[in-house]
Amino acid sequence: MNKIALALAATSVLALGACKKQAPEDLPPAPQNTSAPAPTPAPSGPQGAVPGTQAHFAQQMQGRDSIYFDTDKFNIDAEDQAALSQQAAYLRQYPNIRATVEGHCDERGTREYNLALGERRANAAKNYLVSLGVPAERLTTVSYGKERPAALGSNAEAWARNRRAVTIVLN
Amino acid sequence: MTTVRTMLLGMGLCLFAVLAAAQGVSSPAVQVPDLEEGGLSGSVTDESAWQDLSIAIPSFATDRDQPTPANSQGTAALGVELGRVVYGDLANNGLFRPLGPDSLPRPGYQQITAPAWSTWSGRSAEMLVHGYVRAGEGGRLTVGCYLYDVQLQQQLVREGWVVDPADWRRAAHKCADLIYSRLSGESPFFDSKIAYIAETGPKDKRIKRLAIMDSDGANHRFITSGQSTALTPRYSPDYSKIAYVSYLNGYARIYVYDIGSGRQTLVTESQNPTFAPRWAPNGRTILYSMAVNGNTDIYSVPATGGNPRRLTDAPGIDVGGSYSPDGSKIVFESDRSGNQQIYVMNADGTGQRRISFFGGRAATPEWSPRGDQIAFTHIVGDLRVGVMSPEGRNMRHLTDSWQDEAPTWAPNGRIVQFFRTARNTGETSIWQVDLTGRNERRLPTPVGASDPAWGPVLP
Repeated sequence: MNKIALALAATSVLALGACKKQAPEDLPPAPQNTSAPAPTPAPSGPQGAVPGTQAHFAQQMQGRDSIYFDTDKFNIDAEDQAALSQQAAYLRQYPNIRATVEGHCDERGTREYNLALGERRANAAKNYLVSLGVPAERLTTVSYGKERPAALGSNAEAWARNRRAVTIVLN
Repeated sequence: MTTVRTMLLGMGLCLFAVLAAAQGVSSPAVQVPDLEEGGLSGSVTDESAWQDLSIAIPSFATDRDQPTPANSQGTAALGVELGRVVYGDLANNGLFRPLGPDSLPRPGYQQITAPAWSTWSGRSAEMLVHGYVRAGEGGRLTVGCYLYDVQLQQQLVREGWVVDPADWRRAAHKCADLIYSRLSGESPFFDSKIAYIAETGPKDKRIKRLAIMDSDGANHRFITSGQSTALTPRYSPDYSKIAYVSYLNGYARIYVYDIGSGRQTLVTESQNPTFAPRWAPNGRTILYSMAVNGNTDIYSVPATGGNPRRLTDAPGIDVGGSYSPDGSKIVFESDRSGNQQIYVMNADGTGQRRISFFGGRAATPEWSPRGDQIAFTHIVGDLRVGVMSPEGRNMRHLTDSWQDEAPTWAPNGRIVQFFRTARNTGETSIWQVDLTGRNERRLPTPVGASDPAWGPVLP
């Protein structure tokens, strides 16, 4: 009993630590899906990414292509809403592009539950984008559960960065 | 305390059973004296007493040393290997204290049926395993296996098999099964296979391939190339197929892979992700979980295809599922109460009720093939493997590590297998633990390994 109580106490301390949103000073790197070469050199941003591509989207979002969740949670909070609004504005600006929302979890859960939880997170983000006027037909979802971590450590900070939904523009 | 008593053995019951049913069978290899009433029926009331049962397992003898496709050095060298396989099976499962061929004198062929008792009693061996291997026609091997009680100077059981050279290890596993069953009273489990996921590469670019191997890690074989992530395989009860999850076309879907033909089919046509495949004990039905608009429920579908049936409709995540041995009930995982807990329902989805009430989260339930226990992952900070009764009582942990998850059962319901993840590196390995939790062993795999699933004992 004592051991369990101790373990519970330890977990809640941990949970409290993990409840804080992910530390924004160390944002996960933007996905490197720059596979599609720019067909025409577009006169765009300073980096030269073509508008409407994943590279351009990631550049414009400045980290807000990802939203983060608390342990086991999939609700969209104010911080997430701001990020998703920015994503939605971009997607409305380029009405011909499609995007997929990836749902991810931290490693501290069982594999199959995490696949289901990742689905929940991806769908929560997608539904919010749809509510902001992005047609549902342009959005797909995929859950990777705990299979594709962005942060590699086994600590509360890494786990917070891995509980995420990432929007990727499909080129 | 351990009770050991003799009982009458039905004559001829287990004399020279033969593997490789498709082919003609050689006659019994060695004429051995008729069995008397020898026998041993164990009723285990204290595990530690069994751990003191010392068993000598010397090399198997051969009548004539000659090379075979199973071992180019000859049948004598093969006899050493056979003894080692039997020793490896019986070591570390909590019941026996075996001595292997590398530390024992080597019996001659004639001694297999007439043991040199003083040699073995002098080594404090209580039980003695003797065996032989003979090369036969077409390179086939005849392997005999004998169990003796050294103190009584009595044969307890014997059996023989004719196997293709490639199956020589199966003969050793059959021998280990014979000894294990005879001494423990439990059903056999060594002659069985395991499907699992082989893992290579760094944590963020992990390559996951479907692979299979024997219950002791031998005869390893990769099935998928690793180009798409593979997860959570399950052998069909007849070993002809493996159901597993693949991201083959970018999204998680359950495929049923036919081992004979190498072809695979979707378990169900759907635009939605499907995962957590499970076979019914009779192999006719597959359970799967499917997420629709983010909400995951459990479905069943005939293994040959057909209309799926939805079994759960709670707004939370309902996932996984494992049939009771008689197929009448399903234990599954749901977070409808707010976090992961374990529930039982009838096979048609009626009568759903929660059974886990001991704190923490409870996940990945698996019904023992004996029906008396449910193994699961207990999450209280760390992930640990636990067991409880089908009513959710008598919960106890079998492991205590940073992250142990996804237990599945040995075919006899005596050993639980799971995978362990290392902190930070995320490296995975497969482990087995007995029901006392005291005997834990790592299964040798060529690379990292997760999601182990045992098939039944081979016929």
